[in-house]
Amino acid sequence: MINLERVTKIYPGTSMPAVDNVDLEVPRGEICILIGSSGCGKTTLMRMMNRLIPITSGTIKIEGKSVMEMDLIELRRGIGYAIQQIGLFPHMTVAENITVVPKLLGWDKKRMDERVDELLTLVNLEPAVYRNRYPRELSGGQAQRIGVTRAMAADPPVMLMDEPFGAIDPINREVLQDEFLKIQAKLKKTIVFVTHDIHEAVKMGDRIALLDAGRLIQYGSPEDLLTRPKNQFVKDFVGADRALKRLDLLKVRDAMLKDPVRCRTDDSSEKILEHMLAHDLNFLLVTEPGNVFRGYVNIDMLRGHKGRIGDLVRPMTITVRPEQNLKDALSKMLTYDLGIVVAVNEEELLEGVLNSRTLVSVVGETYDESGGHWGKITTGGRVI
Amino acid sequence: METLTFIIKHGPETLKLAWQHAWVVAVAVGIAIFTGVPIGIWITFNRRAADIVLYIAGIIMTVPSIALFGIMIPILSVFGYGIGTVPAIVALVLYSQLPIIRNTYAAIKNVDPSIIDAGIGMGMTRGQVLRKVQVPMAMSVIFAGVRVAVVMSIGIGAIAAYIGAGGLGHYIFMGINQTHDAMINAGALCVALMAIITDYVFGIIENRLVSKGLRS
Repeated sequence: MINLERVTKIYPGTSMPAVDNVDLEVPRGEICILIGSSGCGKTTLMRMMNRLIPITSGTIKIEGKSVMEMDLIELRRGIGYAIQQIGLFPHMTVAENITVVPKLLGWDKKRMDERVDELLTLVNLEPAVYRNRYPRELSGGQAQRIGVTRAMAADPPVMLMDEPFGAIDPINREVLQDEFLKIQAKLKKTIVFVTHDIHEAVKMGDRIALLDAGRLIQYGSPEDLLTRPKNQFVKDFVGADRALKRLDLLKVRDAMLKDPVRCRTDDSSEKILEHMLAHDLNFLLVTEPGNVFRGYVNIDMLRGHKGRIGDLVRPMTITVRPEQNLKDALSKMLTYDLGIVVAVNEEELLEGVLNSRTLVSVVGETYDESGGHWGKITTGGRVI
Repeated sequence: METLTFIIKHGPETLKLAWQHAWVVAVAVGIAIFTGVPIGIWITFNRRAADIVLYIAGIIMTVPSIALFGIMIPILSVFGYGIGTVPAIVALVLYSQLPIIRNTYAAIKNVDPSIIDAGIGMGMTRGQVLRKVQVPMAMSVIFAGVRVAVVMSIGIGAIAAYIGAGGLGHYIFMGINQTHDAMINAGALCVALMAIITDYVFGIIENRLVSKGLRS
């Protein structure tokens, strides 16, 4: 846990504080994003936490201990540190770079070798291939991964990251962010993460601290900042498209209709047709008896057919997972021109249905049960 | 052809002079490395000292070599070393300072600040940053300075024969006095060969010393 109390930084020779009376608490195991435009003091604030910049007044405590009372070198070795320009040492191999801090801490060779392999595997780089490479032989994304890996090498409980994915193209950045979130879900580090990119903040942060001119303007969950901006400044900062940003934040699970109406492959076609006519349905999802999703049937296919639904069912190749974010789901729906998309889990079991109308209303927070054009596929379980 | 015949005919004599020459240069550059590199590193911490040291080293460089040898004579006579190898070595050490100090200073200064920041942020002491990061990264440029100093010293070392330090310059001066063309050419050829071979050998050593990660 990191605790900041009335932390202030005034650079010598200036009267305006760079960081002004900031109180902040980062709970253990969470990612706290420091965000703001350049010159807002976010980097200064972070760099005071490992005393790369001296604190003018106030206290910073890490795990209950004031950083001012700790030995400077020990403090820094105990905190993971990753920076924007990556800062890999070009004259050292990947393995040597990763083990900089373990070496300073006096680990033995065997333990360091094991740690290198473990960490490279964690970031999906084959140890045998990459261990002895030099930074210049890595792509930008790979170097960035090693930079983050190096910060984690001695397994510090706290990590400071200054725009660690800043110098990288948007596509690779997304990949690295996802990868990092997966790792964080396992390792549960307490992380202070500086960025100026609100998308990154919303995606990565458990909490976001928005700074302006050295002052903390709003501190809360991404959801808080997007839906309850404290003032006009926050509103402007998160942007007019803040509703769209919620797409990053919300999961398919949050917006899907659970337990949609469906029939089974062993149902009789005639009965289902009768039922669909009676309830004015022209489209129905199909599962196997065990709820494994198979596809759909429509009313025209059923007319005049005698037999089982299983003989007619058409597969739906485009599906989403309940834990995917809504942005990905919406992107799929737009790409394939789908009015609805079905959510299935890893075992191919039907979990729910997402339709464009409910998606829009959930994101816009004017949730509407009727669901519009595809509204007939509502909740209610099996047809018969 | 005449030159080669001369060298072969005076084989032992040539070898002796070459050895003398190499020895003076080796001692001088050795001392220059052990003084110039630390001075170069030290002045990276002190802007004012850097300006002064580089200025002085620059001035020494502009003094013509024959004049510097001349200046050495009265100064070192006080200690009884007016002529011979001692003034030659002292002069070569002074000449070698500029390329070595300047390259060391520039190379250490030019290490990307974000890399130093990473080192400090990870908990390296100032000394560790210097030893483990800055010096290894600066190594190839420092070495380039040393190579310049060596090649230059071999050339200037030829003039040291004038103040009785021996070496291959002896052939050149003797040859001029005796208008013996083959002797002059022999001296010049041997000095040039020595410079080329030494530079090549230092190139190999540099390859060993500089990390593979820094080669482009």
